Amino acid sequence: MVMGEFTQETEVLVVGGGPGGYAAAFRAADLGLEVTMVDMEARPGGVCLFRGCIPSKTLLYVSELLHDTGRAGQMGIEFGEPKIDLEKLRTWKNQVIDKLANGLVFLSKKRGVQLIQGRVAFEGSNLVRLLDSDSEISRIKFRYAIIASGSSATPLPQIKFEKGSRIMDSTGALELVDVPGKLLVVGGGYVGAELGSVYATLGSQVTMVEMHDRLMPGADSDLVEPLTKKLESLFHAILYKTRVKSLQEHDDRVEAELEGEADEPKQKFDRVLIAIGRHPNTKNLGLENTAVKVNERGFIVVDERRRTTDKEIFAVGDVIGGEMLAHKAMYEGKVAAEVIAGEPSAFDAQAIPAVVFTDPQLAWCGLTEQEAKTRNRPVKVARFPWSASGRATSMGVSSGMTKIIFDPDTERILGVGIVGREAGEMISEGVLAIEMGAVAEDLALSIHPHPTLSEGEEEAAEAFLGSSTHILPLRRK
Amino acid sequence: MPREFKLPDLGEGIHEGEIVEVLVSVGDEVEDGSPVLIIETDKATTEVPSPVNGVVKEIKVKPGDVVNVGDVLMVFTERGEPEEAAKEARGAEKPAEKPVEEKMEKRVGEPEEKEEPEKKRPPLEKEEKKADKPTEKPPVKEGPVPAAPSTRRLSRELGVDLHEVPPSGPGGRVTAEDVRAFAETGKKAKEAAEKPSTGKAPAAPSFPAFAEAGPLPDFSQWGPVEKQPLRSIRRSTAKRMAQSWSRIPHVTHADEADITELESLRRRHKEQVEARGGALTLTVFALKAAVAALKAFPRFNASLDTEHEEIIIKNYYHIGVAVDTERGLIVPSIRDVDRKSILQLSREMNELIGRVREGKVEREDMAGGTFTLTNVGPLGGTGFTPIINYPQVAILGLAKSSYKPVVRGDENDFAIVPRLMLPLILTFDHRVLDGADAARFMNLVIDALQDPERLLMTM
Repeated sequence: MVMGEFTQETEVLVVGGGPGGYAAAFRAADLGLEVTMVDMEARPGGVCLFRGCIPSKTLLYVSELLHDTGRAGQMGIEFGEPKIDLEKLRTWKNQVIDKLANGLVFLSKKRGVQLIQGRVAFEGSNLVRLLDSDSEISRIKFRYAIIASGSSATPLPQIKFEKGSRIMDSTGALELVDVPGKLLVVGGGYVGAELGSVYATLGSQVTMVEMHDRLMPGADSDLVEPLTKKLESLFHAILYKTRVKSLQEHDDRVEAELEGEADEPKQKFDRVLIAIGRHPNTKNLGLENTAVKVNERGFIVVDERRRTTDKEIFAVGDVIGGEMLAHKAMYEGKVAAEVIAGEPSAFDAQAIPAVVFTDPQLAWCGLTEQEAKTRNRPVKVARFPWSASGRATSMGVSSGMTKIIFDPDTERILGVGIVGREAGEMISEGVLAIEMGAVAEDLALSIHPHPTLSEGEEEAAEAFLGSSTHILPLRRK
Repeated sequence: MPREFKLPDLGEGIHEGEIVEVLVSVGDEVEDGSPVLIIETDKATTEVPSPVNGVVKEIKVKPGDVVNVGDVLMVFTERGEPEEAAKEARGAEKPAEKPVEEKMEKRVGEPEEKEEPEKKRPPLEKEEKKADKPTEKPPVKEGPVPAAPSTRRLSRELGVDLHEVPPSGPGGRVTAEDVRAFAETGKKAKEAAEKPSTGKAPAAPSFPAFAEAGPLPDFSQWGPVEKQPLRSIRRSTAKRMAQSWSRIPHVTHADEADITELESLRRRHKEQVEARGGALTLTVFALKAAVAALKAFPRFNASLDTEHEEIIIKNYYHIGVAVDTERGLIVPSIRDVDRKSILQLSREMNELIGRVREGKVEREDMAGGTFTLTNVGPLGGTGFTPIINYPQVAILGLAKSSYKPVVRGDENDFAIVPRLMLPLILTFDHRVLDGADAARFMNLVIDALQDPERLLMTM
């Protein structure tokens, strides 16, 4: 026993201060529980706030602005070449993060949630050791724990992400050290598309490689198409069915060997962004000292109440897998906190929205058309092309589309997909419709403001019912 | 054509049963009417006869399975089928035979509702063609019940399975009102099912009486546990007792009867009765004493109809006798106790208890009781508090009789004599009866048991 070794006791220990962790901590505190939250950072927010959603969306908003100033020419407004002050842009981004992180600290304090900086390793089913911490506390004894340790970017084999390296993960890319002349983006998922867009708009020549024959394999291809078109024109090249065979980092460049559809297998880049997926942070947590089970991919196994196989330990967010999205983690955090407080909560969400914050944005929730096909589930699909939307036309974004997937018998809304401006904002209506078990008529008979992009959902529902105001009725069989 | 044999409607609101025994094996030839299964419902054990002359092709149940009306129990191949099939293949269209279930219904219990007659069977040729085609995967429609998140939460709170709730919203949407209504009517449906004449009962949640109790802690956290399914008789007893106890304000009245004389009379005639196939037990005399009291105080032979605010007095005396069996407590009724002699009752009781213990009691044996007698005396006990067999209003309990010193005379001139004393316990429904009624009823029972000659005179 080291001198001064001090064990603290807490009712609920939250491991990780990202969206899953802080949502859990706040809900638990609101339900009258005594909560301690441990995170590597001094302030809550996690990857999402410091190295993910928030900084990337800040930069994406800026690139949308840049893009719009370019588009304004056709409407008679000329801005001239934009001057990009990278230093100032970084400051703006950091100010945004600061403001939000301080807000979370304030909310924690007011709720009486104790924040401890450090990392934990479980020593038993009710005890953790505190590591890498300046705190005088060495161990925390808890009644319940909620693990929200999150995930990390998956590197390519034999490549480690290191600070200052030209081979970056999303964290490195968001630091925005410079605008590389040539950037290789590995992975055509949402991280690659979003950050590729940012760098391309800022002036980089972006080459994207993707293993599959299309981008965003999770979304329906008709929704991805307008985005693909846009990225193909924004990027130098998108190479499908292509893999990175090797990456060789030099002082001034990275040499990449590509395998697949690339015309030149050996290419030089100034920087490389690896965005091929994320893996759970379950190593070094000391889970072997508990009854918590992880699956073959390292994700913690939980039930619908987000309880692990160790009865008093819960887990939420990326660390349990599924959609690795902040809003899913927050929902789960609240479920776990409520279950601990004795409420009959369970994770029974029927629609988890996914949003790609590119321009155009891509958003979908619930059942997709391709999923229905694979599962052999009968559906009917209605689409509303934005070329028929007054609002989209006046904004010059008429290439968008709103699409709804219905149950053919009950006319219930099973899935919604949107591609276009503000898709991320509008998808929430689809989520609500699905969660409420709404049918086509519910959506068609709800008045949507005109002229807005949100009319797309009303009109798609009308189209399904046979008569939409702004598109001609389909000839029905 | 193989015939699927489904569990027929057994009537009386019974919609499930437990398979006790499978009497045949695959490949066995069976005759129309020969028993193939034994099923135990919450009321009785029933032999289920084969609906066809044929061969057992497949058995889909095993002992211990709980089956519901309409579940497929076995598949038979009918005898003489190939010829029939060939006829059909040649195109001779003829109406299909009556569905197997319908045949069954006539045999077991009265059908409450006839199944729709089977559609005409298409000629075999067509079916074969169909079978030749590569089997396409049928469309799959699965997924959660459509209901708002708040409704889903409510259902968890009320312990209601959303899949069981009849939806009122468009597209099969379950509303909060549906969930609340279902949680309520779950209980009502159970009550309706208990009413003897109602027959068909809607599918009710399994355990309304316990639903409010909330979840149990995980006992395994304190030590090893074993889980036994709550089935058939145990389940039925649990339900009925919880129902009776929660619905009836029970009052228990206790006294003692001097049965010294009765016991010597019983011993004197025991062998004689045995020779004629009966068992002259104390219970037989108690039945007679009870009937005498029931006739004098008819409100003990009644039911309370709260809906119509009436007390229903029964002018017949079918007394239930609690019988302890390996499978649990069974209460068959002895009919018209008032019209039977001691000898008749001794024989009937003997025969009935035998059948009960062998599990061969019929549902009719259990129905229609107006009052209940429970004698735990042979096992011991100086007293206990019986629970009324709802919808009856009273139950008489007998504990163990023993010799006690009884003081005769007064304080100036007394003698202490050993007398065989029988503790008697009467539980009654205080909504229908009062303590004074119980005391009077009990006094009459005691008088009858203490003075067997008088008891015999009342017959």
